[in-house]
Amino acid sequence: MTSLSYAAPTSVDAAVKLLAGASGLAKVLSGGTDLLIQMRAGRFKPELIVDTKKIPGVIGIREENGAFVVGGGTPGAVVEAHAGMTKAWPGVVEALDLIGSTQVQGRCSLAGNLCNASPAADSVPALYAAGAIAVVVGSNGRREVPVESIPTGPGRTSLAKDEFILEFKFPARPARSSDAYLRFIPRTEMDIAVVGCGISVTLDANGVCTAARCSLGAVAPTVLLVKEMADVLIGHKLDADTLAKLDAAAQAAAKPISDKRGTAEYRKKISGVLARRVAQIAFDRASGKATGKTH
Amino acid sequence: MNYLSGDLKVVGTRPIRPDGVEKVTGRALYSADTRVGGMLWGKILRSPHAHARIVSIDTSKAEALKGVQAVVTSKDFPEITSEVAFVGEGPMNFRDLSDNVMARNKALYEGHAIAAVAATTAEIADAALALIDVQYEVLPHVIDVDEAMQPGAPVLHADMFTAGVNPKPATASNIAKVVTFKKGDIDAGFAEAEVIVEGSYTTKPVHQGYIEPHACLATYNPDGQISIHASSQGHFMVRAYTAKLLGLDMADIRVNPAEIGGGFGGKTLIYLEPVAVALSRKSGKSVKMQMTREEVFRGSGPTSGASVTVKLGAKKDGTIVAAQQVLKFQAGAYAGSPIGPGCMCGFAMYDIPHIDVLGYDVVSNRPKVAAYRAPGAPISSFAVECAVDDLAAKLGMDPLTLREKNHAVNGTKTHYGPTHTNIGFTEVLQATRAHPHWKAPIAEGHGRGLAVGFWFNIGGESSATVHINEDGTVMVATGSPDIGGSRASMGMMAAEVLGVPVSKVKAIVADTASIGFTFLTGGSRVTFATGMAVTQATEKVVEQLKARAAQTWDIPVEAVEWKDGQAFPAGTNAGAFPPLDLAAIALKQGRTGGPINAEVSVNAQGAGAGFGAHICDVKVDKETGHVEIIRYTAIQDVGKAIHPSYVEGQIQGGAAQGIGWALSEEYIYNDKGQMENPGFLDYRCPVASDLPMIEAVLVEVPNPRHPFGARGVGEVPIIPPMAAISNAIKSAIGIRMEHLPMSPPKIRAAIDAAG
Ligand SMILES: Cc1cc2nc3c(=O)[nH]c(=O)nc-3n(C[C@H](O)[C@H](O)[C@H](O)COP(=O)(O)OP(=O)(O)OC[C@H]3O[C@@H](n4cnc5c(N)ncnc54)[C@H](O)[C@@H]3O)c2cc1C
Repeated sequence: MTSLSYAAPTSVDAAVKLLAGASGLAKVLSGGTDLLIQMRAGRFKPELIVDTKKIPGVIGIREENGAFVVGGGTPGAVVEAHAGMTKAWPGVVEALDLIGSTQVQGRCSLAGNLCNASPAADSVPALYAAGAIAVVVGSNGRREVPVESIPTGPGRTSLAKDEFILEFKFPARPARSSDAYLRFIPRTEMDIAVVGCGISVTLDANGVCTAARCSLGAVAPTVLLVKEMADVLIGHKLDADTLAKLDAAAQAAAKPISDKRGTAEYRKKISGVLARRVAQIAFDRASGKATGKTH
Repeated sequence: MNYLSGDLKVVGTRPIRPDGVEKVTGRALYSADTRVGGMLWGKILRSPHAHARIVSIDTSKAEALKGVQAVVTSKDFPEITSEVAFVGEGPMNFRDLSDNVMARNKALYEGHAIAAVAATTAEIADAALALIDVQYEVLPHVIDVDEAMQPGAPVLHADMFTAGVNPKPATASNIAKVVTFKKGDIDAGFAEAEVIVEGSYTTKPVHQGYIEPHACLATYNPDGQISIHASSQGHFMVRAYTAKLLGLDMADIRVNPAEIGGGFGGKTLIYLEPVAVALSRKSGKSVKMQMTREEVFRGSGPTSGASVTVKLGAKKDGTIVAAQQVLKFQAGAYAGSPIGPGCMCGFAMYDIPHIDVLGYDVVSNRPKVAAYRAPGAPISSFAVECAVDDLAAKLGMDPLTLREKNHAVNGTKTHYGPTHTNIGFTEVLQATRAHPHWKAPIAEGHGRGLAVGFWFNIGGESSATVHINEDGTVMVATGSPDIGGSRASMGMMAAEVLGVPVSKVKAIVADTASIGFTFLTGGSRVTFATGMAVTQATEKVVEQLKARAAQTWDIPVEAVEWKDGQAFPAGTNAGAFPPLDLAAIALKQGRTGGPINAEVSVNAQGAGAGFGAHICDVKVDKETGHVEIIRYTAIQDVGKAIHPSYVEGQIQGGAAQGIGWALSEEYIYNDKGQMENPGFLDYRCPVASDLPMIEAVLVEVPNPRHPFGARGVGEVPIIPPMAAISNAIKSAIGIRMEHLPMSPPKIRAAIDAAG
């Protein structure tokens, strides 16, 4: 009754051609941990699925002068096992690590998490805070855009029909830089963020913040990059006053709705709580006080 | 005969689970795993409305779709006049059950079955559902129990006049029934009291959460013979209910029990089987049906949500003199919440002279409730055990001491009638006091809660057969579906009586045509009642074995002794024969009188009530409101643990479900009365990492009414957790959480409100 084509091209060009040539709905597939479930639930019925995983560069991590390039479809488990990424971007890695279970970790990817465009996606606030760059390929060639320009609303992205994300670039880190991500869920795993928060900072030798990027998840139609939170941090140590201001800035920036996962009022409060806790972890890591996993 | 003081070789040990390998290798056949050639897929169209009159159903377009072979609606089921048959733990009204299986005039909840189709593929069946045109007149709906009781609330059943009140009400309402239990004089009791505490509590409906959705495969043969493959908590129940709903003879229906992937009470009634049979009858093909998880949530029974108030009065020395409770239980769309057991169980743990309990069974636009472990008791006890904890605080007394002072003992007359006999509550409280968890200091910032629970347990009708194979190995068959490891326990009890290793005994669950009637698996009855039947059948076999040895040796049967799987001459006077073992007798059974076997059916009485006490330590994140369970200990009188690992598993599982009920599980409805969280992502059962290792402590006060001393263990452990956790939270943050689930937003809001 319904037909569905599946292709696993081995080059970017072939993939782009397939996407451009599809007459009906065409979907890019990375790990499939969102896509297949949404198809089964009848959310949409694509005519064509283009699997990216056989395209060179889509899976794997390379280091280029302190910067890292992570293939868009690289499974979470591969990123977590990468010593360089874990050291430079512990926040991104811990965010990705929160997705699903061990089984899901073998498949789920940064590109899928970003392009599924859920405001509650876990790795996305961390990607925003990291200032990661998405390398987008399509019929018109290749463009590099900040990750925060990709999601435009729940389930919607700025990508054209024939475009997909090939890889992500994470800039080289100055000294005394680190990041962190926390989400709040009612359970301990296999749950969806009520609020998520990612923060990346660079400190000077005295522990004063010189650069910061902060983001909140699940409190608006898309993940938010919150400049007001960063402004509170830059130029300051993480003392009680700064923490209180950060809390207030996060609560002010959060524009949540009340739904089955939490009330708007609760989500605002938790935005402030998480912002403080995440900032503490990021500062501790950047100043060398803490290393390794926090959760 | 009993084995209470005997030196046991098999019972009480922990052999490997006989059904384990099949299950962990994926070979075990659950309900959804059976298929036959040429079968059709049956699917159900469900109401999108919480309350609506069904104006018309046009199935013509669906019938015309290629691949569709049958469509049924309520017209294909006989109309059943209101009649009530009592089936074990709750009354079952077959008219209601029929209406629940296929709505007749009104859709009473979102998810109510309206029509069903059978088609050659599941996809075609889905497409056909979309072609069925149902005209609804949407009616106002009501979900909440307190609202459903208000005058002016939308009334679900025009013929529902509250039972149990005098005079009979003049107007129909959503209150199906009122239950009262009284002991002593409640006013005198409160007049005597020096300290009084009161509380009002609410609980949300929670689903049993079995991992296996309902499924079945049914074949209606041209000669009217029907076979059904389905998992359930009672294949005799499936047979009886299917026969009743379709107006068939039971003898024409054979139900084969599939492996069951959890029931917890939720599979003590039927949803799909009569529909599958009706579709099969119409199409002439076998019909397979299986619910999705979403259908399980929208269409199958959770337990009640409730609103409960408690008032306790005590003397300054801690003697509780008066106890009053009002319980309002949501029954779902039809009468039949577990209000009775709810009213019975709350105060049955205590010896209180003046008790007054009032319960309401209330319908609202939600799925019909089904049993869930200790139906009603967890709700009732949550309220009572929170109030007892508050009373302890007000008296300045340790909560365990208060319970020790007032707890029920043998001879305590309950407010609902029976007098406690052969109970082990004192021993449970002693074990609680002695446990290292109770003695351990409470860590800074943590809180500790204690709560106790009671369940009466049931016995009832069970059948078992025991056969001796030609080589001396043994077959045990019963009519009880194995939900908690009962095949292992049945085999162990038979092995013990025979004096052979358990590896020589195989236990199976026989279908409805192959064994005598057996009541469903529920009420924690199987190890007790079916175990009694197995033990007695095995004893009969032993008698035969002795007779065969006596015959072989040509001595009187009284002169033969059976021990360790062998017949011995009893003493030197009986003769100096070498022992005859089971294999030797079995080999010659044909020549010594024919096959050796026995069947026993019992209606077991004296189930032996169960008591438990749970200790729980929590840590509360005051900023997020998240509660972490740090340590959990569940102490329970189990009579005698036949297979201790499965008993511990029952206790751990019950506690885990109770923790979910306490902290995270709830049905969330939108303003249209539609469930918003019909899946395990947003209907939050605890996951493994949410729980610490739950320590199960087995207290064994034998139940003298069972040959090995067993008493039911499956229900008590879900009763104390909610109060234990609420009490622990109060100990940690000083705030009483009266409303379940005690979810992070609620706790944070309570903390903010307290300032
Ligand atoms: C059991 C379970 C638990 C989960 N838990 C979490 C969780 O805790 N947190 C969380 O954030 N998510 C969770 N998820 C969702 C999911 O795993 C993540 O969003 C994951 O990162 C998706 O990655 P994927 O590679 O599987 O994406 P896919 O399913 O392959 O794709 C997702 C979407 O992105 C598009 N897409 C994929 N690759 C590209 C590309 N290269 N370029 C452009 N578009 C692309 C697809 O077309 C699709 O629309 C869970 C899922 C499951 C099944």
